[in-house]
This record gives sequence, structure tokens and C-alpha cells, in this order.
Amino acid sequence: MVQERVLPSFSTAQTRLTHDEGLTVYEDMVLGRQFEDKCAEMYYRGKMFGFVHLYNGQEAVSSGVIKAMRSDDYVCSTYRDHVHALSSGVPARQVMAELFGKATGCSKGRGGSMHLFSAEHNLLGGYAFVSEGIPVATGAAFQSKYRRDALGDESADQVTACFFGDGASNNGQFFECLNMAALWKLPILYVVENNKWAIGMAHDRATSQPEIYKKASVFGMAGVEVDGMDVLAVRAAAQEAVARARAGEGPTLIEALTYRFRGHSLADPDELRSKAEKDFWFARDPIKRLANYLIEQNLATQDELTEIDKRIQSLIEDAVTFALDSPEPDPSELYRYVFAEDE
Amino acid sequence: MAETLLYNALREAIDEEMARDSNVFVLGEDVGHYGGSYKVTKDLYKKYGEFRVLDTPIAENSFTGMAVGAAMTGLRPIIEGMNMGFLLLAFNQIANNAGMLRYTSGGNFKIPLVIRGPGGVGRQLGAEHSQRLEAYFQGVPGLKMVACSTPYNAKGLLKAAIRDDNPVLFFEHVLLYNLKQDLPETDYVLPIDRAEVVREGADVTILTYSRMRHHVTQAVKVLEKEGYDPEVIDLISLKPLDFETIGASIRKTHRVIIVEECMRSGGIGAELTASINDRLFDELDGPVVRLASQDIPTPYNGALENLTIVQPPQIVDAVKKVMANQV
Repeated sequence: MVQERVLPSFSTAQTRLTHDEGLTVYEDMVLGRQFEDKCAEMYYRGKMFGFVHLYNGQEAVSSGVIKAMRSDDYVCSTYRDHVHALSSGVPARQVMAELFGKATGCSKGRGGSMHLFSAEHNLLGGYAFVSEGIPVATGAAFQSKYRRDALGDESADQVTACFFGDGASNNGQFFECLNMAALWKLPILYVVENNKWAIGMAHDRATSQPEIYKKASVFGMAGVEVDGMDVLAVRAAAQEAVARARAGEGPTLIEALTYRFRGHSLADPDELRSKAEKDFWFARDPIKRLANYLIEQNLATQDELTEIDKRIQSLIEDAVTFALDSPEPDPSELYRYVFAEDE
Repeated sequence: MAETLLYNALREAIDEEMARDSNVFVLGEDVGHYGGSYKVTKDLYKKYGEFRVLDTPIAENSFTGMAVGAAMTGLRPIIEGMNMGFLLLAFNQIANNAGMLRYTSGGNFKIPLVIRGPGGVGRQLGAEHSQRLEAYFQGVPGLKMVACSTPYNAKGLLKAAIRDDNPVLFFEHVLLYNLKQDLPETDYVLPIDRAEVVREGADVTILTYSRMRHHVTQAVKVLEKEGYDPEVIDLISLKPLDFETIGASIRKTHRVIIVEECMRSGGIGAELTASINDRLFDELDGPVVRLASQDIPTPYNGALENLTIVQPPQIVDAVKKVMANQV
């Protein structure tokens, strides 16, 4: 048996979750899971290309954090960005169409899987190079702080959530931005999705101190670890961090211990992770866990959850149909969007 | 009219634009309390506060990316590179995010960002402080690049760059900050995409920019006495190149000499030569002549440094040879 890091315990005794909130989070997680499964199918059927990184298994992190935020807050992602986009409210049609390279995609077919953007939904983007989104997210948080403190706009209390992986936590931009965010008390959540593997590099082989959340302390910043397979634990940590940021009390580093159920990308043969390790994490499927909780707590019935599963299934089918039927980008617009004057 | 030093012209530009638009702010190393490495932002923090004139830690790639994020969400940052060479450490954020993000996002976001600071070869500053980053950045889509050369154009161009909705790399020259010139008292901006005809002439087109403009001017004084009549064009816009102005001149003179401080390999002159050959080959009476810096790390020793960059007598010689059809 592999030696797994002990997942932090979380008591649901303090959880205050309404029926509607429970179903919203559940639906978001199911959307993420089914969307990614459909991506794998479409990739193997030759409908999408390039590097496609799926989020299966990590849904509790995206849904737990983003559904604890307001719609005018900002989200910044990585190359594994489909589900962060969906949680942020970007319609599945637009995300699927982008993956198909269509003109109706959220990035007009110019970005692809690793470059999903939506100004309308305050999605600052998917960033393909490891760590390069961290400074950008820090800049969005700086902007909120600037408006509130330098320009005196009391309504500028938007918070930014910045997602990245364990691999990014060894890059200089991570440390540089933690320093600046703590220094200026920026309203930001740095959310590390520690899924144990940076492609084939095991976290423990790359990292002298594998407990990433502890690195917050040297910056005088709040740092917490959460069970990233438990959406209620993630949500509780996010709510506390959002409140801290909104109150002007500065950033939080959240380390969510999680696992990707598929390879790094659809091109990854996934030969290095052991069956025992995978089994350990498969048994902690965050969607099943939330479903059990909702039913046990009488917050939802199995019929309601099944109804959501079906609704999402047809929403995904609709997204695929939309993507298939959408036009390719106009070749005469090859140069469009290089400069700001191209609207 | 007020006689103004170039660094103060830049300071006036920033001051006026910050007063005009509260979304404009400055960030970089030592821009606040210290006033900037060449005093371009001196005392602005006293007027605008420490958030609008933000002293950053020494973390070039991260504070550049931070400015990109701030620009995406509606602010208009001006980054000062303490020395432009330091921005090699920010290459990823400048290329991937400042330059390409608008396109990859399908037009979702604008990046109104100015990255400015001292570049070029100074006096015995050593190789790392004597770089010409315009050569390295010219291939990045989405960026504009501007080089100022006089107090007058420095002020008008910087104001325009700040108002531009695109990311603009704005090159100053470390040896030009103390140039003096009378500037208009009234508000003015200059187009950042247009070359400046410094001297009209009929014989040969000399294309130059930044400090080399002044080397060319020295050479022209000698040449005039000997009866030569060169046309001198300051490129101003290094990306995109203003081929309207360049083309009009070459159609008149049919001869071209490029004088630059870039290294010969892969520099602005290399791109310019290729573009002139692509577009105007039939107009040329002879090959484009390129005077550029040597392809070496700039040496510390003063005599060796002078041998590395183009000197006015070489420009005089080049004009004479071109006019004698000896190239």
C-alpha cells in the first residue's frame, strides 16, 4: 500500500448548507465530470485536438471554491481549465465550441483547451505555462485593492481565486506573488490543487517541503490544507478565505489535497501512478461523497440527484450539437484580435 | 516654451496622464521613494500616493504579470524597467501574456500597458546593462515598440503610448536623459506609429533611431560641408515599421543606409533590410547598407566599447561609398 499523506479531517457538524446550495454544488460537480468525460470521447473521435487536460476527480475544488464566490469575483486558471470555466458560469456550449476550434467558442477558436477566457464571466483565463497565471491573478486582485484604497471606490470588494497545481508551487512566480499579495494585503485566494503529480514528477520528488500550505507562514499569510475530495471542506475553507479577502485582511493559501482520475493529458500514457494509489483516491470520489451526504442529511432525494444527472447529460449533448453545428472561424479574420482596435 | 531635460519631459508625460486618468499608475523597482533610477518618476508618489506609484520587490516576471492582470481588469499600468535589460527576466509575461493574450482570448481582454525604461549601450556599464531588447521582442505578435530620441518626442510619444489600448514597449536611451529642448507649454501627443523625417534630402535615406539619430546628425554636419544631401529618418516606431514614410523616402533617393545600435544579427536593421528588399527592391540602386553593433557582448573597456557600436566617421564613410557606388 502506498503511503498517503493523512487527509485533514473535516467535521460537517458546522456545515450550513441549504437544499438549493447543496443541489447547486452537486450540479456544478456533475457538470464538470460529465463535460470532461464527453471531451475524452470527442478527442478520441477526432473532434478536438492538441493537448487536452481533464479535471476528473478534482471537481470538489472548483465547485467548492467558485460556488462560494460572487459572480463579479475573478477566477484565474491553468491549462486544466475547462471545469473552472464552467463553474465560473461560462456556458458549456461556449467551452465545447472552443475545444472544437469554432468561431462561437469563448475564445473565438483562437485559444483552445488551454486558453479559455471570458471577460463577461470574469474568467481571466486558462494559462498554458505552469505558474504564469499566478501573477495575472495577483494583478486582478491588485486592481480591486487599487480601486478601493487608491480611488476610494467602496464597492470595489471583488475577490480573485487563483488556481494552480503542486508543480507550480516550486516556481518563482508562486513565491514572488505570495510575497507581494501578503505585503499589500491583496484580496486573493491562492488555491493549490495538489494532485500529487506534475505529469510524471511525483510531488515528493520535486519538493523539499511537500506540505505546500505551510509556505504561507513565512509570508505572514494564512495557509490551510483541506481534503480536496470533500467539497464541503473546500467550501468552508473558501468561505473563510473569501470573507478575509473581502474584509481587506489579505490573501489565503489553500492547499487542496486531491487527485486526477485520468492521466496528465489525453496524450499521457499514465504509466507511473500505481494501481494501489489510484484505488485509494478512486474510493474518495467527491461527487459520490456529496451525493451520500445530501441524501443522509435529507437535503436531497436520490430522484432529485438523478434528475440533475439527466439534465446535465442533455446539456452536454446540446453543447456537442452546438459545437458541431457552429461555423469555423472566418479565414478572412485570421488577423482579427491581434490588436485592441479589433473588436 | 520651457527648456526641459529629456527625463523631465518623460516625467511631465507621466504626471499629466496620471492627472488625466486615475486608472494610470506606475510600478517598478525604486519608482516611488527613490524616484526611479533616472529620476523619471521623482516625487510623483508624493502627489499620487504609494499605490499609484508602486515600489515593487525585485521580481520582474511577477510584477510584469501583475500589471497584465491589472490591465485586463481596467487599469492602465506603466511599468518602469529599472534597466530594460532586467526585463529579460519578464520575457514570459511580456511575450505570452502582454503580447499574445488579446489574440488567444479571442478579443475578450485588452492589455493597455506601457513598459518603459533605459535601454541601449551606455558608458562602460558592461554587457548585461547594455542590451537592446527591441531585437528580441520584435517577433512577438501584439506588441508595439517605440523608441524616443528627443525631449519633444519623448513626451508626446509617451503620452500617446499611455493612451494606447495595446501593450507598448517604450525604449528610452540611457545616454539621452540629459538632452535639453524647448517644449510647448500646451498639451500635445505624437503618433506612436509614424517615423519622423529629421532632415529632408535627395541623395540617400539614412534610417536610424534612438541615440544613433544623434550620431547620424553629427555625421550629416560633416557631409553637408562636403556637398552631400542625405535624408535622415528616425524610425520612432520599431514595431510596426512605418513603411509609408520609409517607402516615400526610398522612392526618392533609391539608396538606403541603416544606422542602429542593435547587434547585426537578428536586430531591427536585419528586419528592416529584409522588409525593404521584400517591398522596395525595384526602387533600390544598390544593396541596403547596414551599420550595426558588433555581434559580441558589449565589453566594459571604453575603447573596446567604442569599437562595438557605430561611430559618426563610419556613417560619413558609408554615405560617401554609397554615393560613389562603391558598395
